[in-house]
Amino acid sequence: MPEPFETQLDMTEALAPAAGGGGPMAASGTDALRGGGPPRTRRRMPWRREIRTGGLPGGRGLWSDAWHDLRRNPVFIVSALVILFLVTIAIWPQAIADGNPYQGNLAKAQEGPAPGHPFGYDLQGRDVYTRTVYGARASITVGICATAGAALLGSLLGGLAGFFGGWWDALLSRLADVFFGIPILLGGLVFLSVVTSGSVWPVVGFIVLLGWPQISRIARGSVVTVKQHDYVQAARALGAGSGRTLLRHIAPNAVAPVIVVATIALGTYIALEATLSFLGVGLKPPTVSWGIDISSASAQIRNAPHMLLWPAGALSVTVLAFIMLGDAVRDALDPRLR
Amino acid sequence: MGRYVLRRVLQMVPVFIGSTFLIFFMVYALGDPVAALFGDKAPDPATAARIREDLYLDEPLWSQYVHYMGQVFSGDFGTAFNGQPVTELMAGAFPVTLRLTVVAVVFEMALGVTLGVLSGLRRGRGLDTSVLLLTLVVVSIPTFVSGTVLQYLFGVEWGLARPSVSPEAPFAQLLLPGVVLGLVSLAYTTRLTRTSVVENARADYVRTAVAKGLPRHRIVTRHLLRNSLIPVVTFLGTDIGALMGGAIVTERIFNIHGVGYQLYQGILRQNSPTVVGFVTILVIVFLVANLLVDLLYAVLDPRIRYA
Amino acid sequence: MTRLLDVQDLRVEFRTRDGVAEALGGVSYAVDAGRTLAVLGESGSGKSVSAQAVMGILDSPPASVTGGQVLFHGRDLLTMSPRERRSVRGAAMAMIFQDALSALNPVLTVGAQLAEMYEVHRGTSRKDARARAVELMDRVRIPAAKARVDDYPHQFSGGMRQRIMIAMAIALEPELIIADEPTTALDVTVQAQVMDLLDELRREYAMGLILITHDLGVVADVADSIAVMYAGRIMETAPVQELYRRPAHPYTRGLLDSIPRVDHQGKELYAIKGLPPSLLSVPTGCPFHPRCPRAQEICRTERPPLYEVPDVTDTAAPGRASACHFWKDELDA
Repeated sequence: MPEPFETQLDMTEALAPAAGGGGPMAASGTDALRGGGPPRTRRRMPWRREIRTGGLPGGRGLWSDAWHDLRRNPVFIVSALVILFLVTIAIWPQAIADGNPYQGNLAKAQEGPAPGHPFGYDLQGRDVYTRTVYGARASITVGICATAGAALLGSLLGGLAGFFGGWWDALLSRLADVFFGIPILLGGLVFLSVVTSGSVWPVVGFIVLLGWPQISRIARGSVVTVKQHDYVQAARALGAGSGRTLLRHIAPNAVAPVIVVATIALGTYIALEATLSFLGVGLKPPTVSWGIDISSASAQIRNAPHMLLWPAGALSVTVLAFIMLGDAVRDALDPRLR
Repeated sequence: MGRYVLRRVLQMVPVFIGSTFLIFFMVYALGDPVAALFGDKAPDPATAARIREDLYLDEPLWSQYVHYMGQVFSGDFGTAFNGQPVTELMAGAFPVTLRLTVVAVVFEMALGVTLGVLSGLRRGRGLDTSVLLLTLVVVSIPTFVSGTVLQYLFGVEWGLARPSVSPEAPFAQLLLPGVVLGLVSLAYTTRLTRTSVVENARADYVRTAVAKGLPRHRIVTRHLLRNSLIPVVTFLGTDIGALMGGAIVTERIFNIHGVGYQLYQGILRQNSPTVVGFVTILVIVFLVANLLVDLLYAVLDPRIRYA
Repeated sequence: MTRLLDVQDLRVEFRTRDGVAEALGGVSYAVDAGRTLAVLGESGSGKSVSAQAVMGILDSPPASVTGGQVLFHGRDLLTMSPRERRSVRGAAMAMIFQDALSALNPVLTVGAQLAEMYEVHRGTSRKDARARAVELMDRVRIPAAKARVDDYPHQFSGGMRQRIMIAMAIALEPELIIADEPTTALDVTVQAQVMDLLDELRREYAMGLILITHDLGVVADVADSIAVMYAGRIMETAPVQELYRRPAHPYTRGLLDSIPRVDHQGKELYAIKGLPPSLLSVPTGCPFHPRCPRAQEICRTERPPLYEVPDVTDTAAPGRASACHFWKDELDA
């Protein structure tokens, strides 16, 4: 990825509204020269702040700053376009594949590409191209629904734990530890092996169940950090209630890390679903899934590699697109990681 | 130090109980262990009743769990589907998986840290960009895809490795499976090391080291590297869980008779003692490994106190 | 008196996302052996950047030196080979940073970080270097030095940590020390102790000292001369007493007037109106003109050179200069 050297606000600074634009040092004019000013905090890149204090016209906020960055980031543009395409064919596969993913012609089993069938045929003589297109639906549905569920549940529980602390925080942390104690693939095998339905929903439910602790840890840590910022303390001192403080002052500033982690998790959840389907416990036929197709293709890799190539390629590109998107979003929201 | 370890071990107890109970709940409450024992045949009612009694299946779940744990701690993990004691399966399987994991960890740490440091020091240059791209691609290819493809290429096409590992599973045969297992983690290790190096490279203490007139290699090896390894070590703790999960896939592809293979068989045949027994041990391994990683962490970073 | 360091027309640029920032736009100052020069300025005035450029520790990229000379004993440091430059750093000139907690390596003992100076520059054995480290800690008056040599930076108080930084700087008895706001991060009560220690060691080893600071109070006590910086440029240079008595630049006067004084109690404190400029777009002409009470048309259009200011009171201390078209009027005001 191209990573130009650029000046930018530290995320911590950008989070604090007081540090935008002119900056406190500049606003107080010669205050700093009197020697009575507060000791400055540690400066990782002195030039960065010094230039900033010079007073850039119109200080941008974290979000518009991030958006400004994203629009210029080719990684973001490419991955967003790929994801847009994937979501489109997940909703409307007929748009680019007019065949039937379930119907096969056994006479053509494992045959290579033919006119009108660019990816060839699978073991049951079904068109690999059509099945690859239709497979997007399962992966995208699982990825988006599981991430949404885990992110909502995780940030709600983690956010409340971080904000209120006390026994609820302790209990939640221990609970998260319990879920962390089980490797996710292992839990998936055990949990899903007793489920007979082959649809996406048990898989989504399971990923939410084991995925929320990761988000909740991030959300908790983020809320705890933001809570200590002066402007939140100030809001509380001015008599803002808990609800208002949490929603108006903390949530908007604490949500950035959650978004970053959730976007990256989306890609890994899609890979997880495919792995579980590969192992025979995730999605099951007749659901069309890349994982299932790769599993049946892996036995035939010697005589029909095209059966493996296309669904595996589609899966990898999908995962790659979401991970790249998460990467770009993280770079935009947290420039310190550049 | 001693007190810290003791405290950590005590903290592990509720997590251990919680995790194993969760698995126990999934297997015993959601599945039907008795029906599973008989496979497709309908069980003889008298036998079924006797088995239910043996396994305390008529008692409440927590009581079943307590009985089960009682047996486990006296060394009885029950019987596997083929009539072998589960402990025998374990004795055969764990050394194999341990070897596999060692190959994976050595591979991902040695190569990952090296690549991460090199690209972190050359931030924004050609090497850095290609390493970053490569890691993204590697992360995006799930283990079961890379495993299948590499097995085909190395094992069948080029004949450089055995496509299927023998039951004894010596180190030499585990090289390719170990690399497959560690591949995704390798990408994470590389990226994490790189980020950490980039961040530490502009830390004030590095600037001090430059101002002291130290040669570059000394600044990197003595000042930068140790600070940069701290987050990598933390990652190793969580990664052990991922490797244990990944072993199920890798062992399936390469037909390695390790923990993942036995667990997979146990799950397929719905043999509850095998599944719960293996998972119990894995949870213990995971917790102990994390404790060791935390101790290592404290060795690397003197600011962490054993309190 | 021998000229130790002569900085001439030093220019540094930062390439940023929003454009090229002119962090130093031709800075000149000089330090004589055994003397103290205070470089005074607000944040963003370029005082730290100039120190880092002299030391050769700028983050580059994004920073790059685009012009000028840094003459050390008459030799230009900027044209030396990296190897030569490195042998100067730490040995002939050393630096003290503002925040010792982040400037010391958190995972190495202070003893190891001190001993390293001898091991690398002098090839001293590990055992001897360690003994020298203990001596150094004694020298900067760290109590129980022998027992604390194996402690880590976080185990010391802020004042003690800054003493360790000082010890590290004087380890090889350099001719020049650059101290970048050495007391800013410390408690007020400790500030004076650390400053006194630094001044005492400077006298003892006859070292030159560049003291980067924004604190006019510190300057008066220890400095021989002052360079006032604003927006990456020198506004005025003068012997310290001269500058306090009769500033030759409106900016300097503004700074002096904004010091709170006991005898002015009850009166409103003076403040220079306006804000310092962005380094991305330094005003044309005199960079201070938008805020200057004395500004005329010429200040907007013509950048004032450093006018030499003839010494009126003390013929033995030349080197006064002011970057103001109306320095004469300011001097007589």
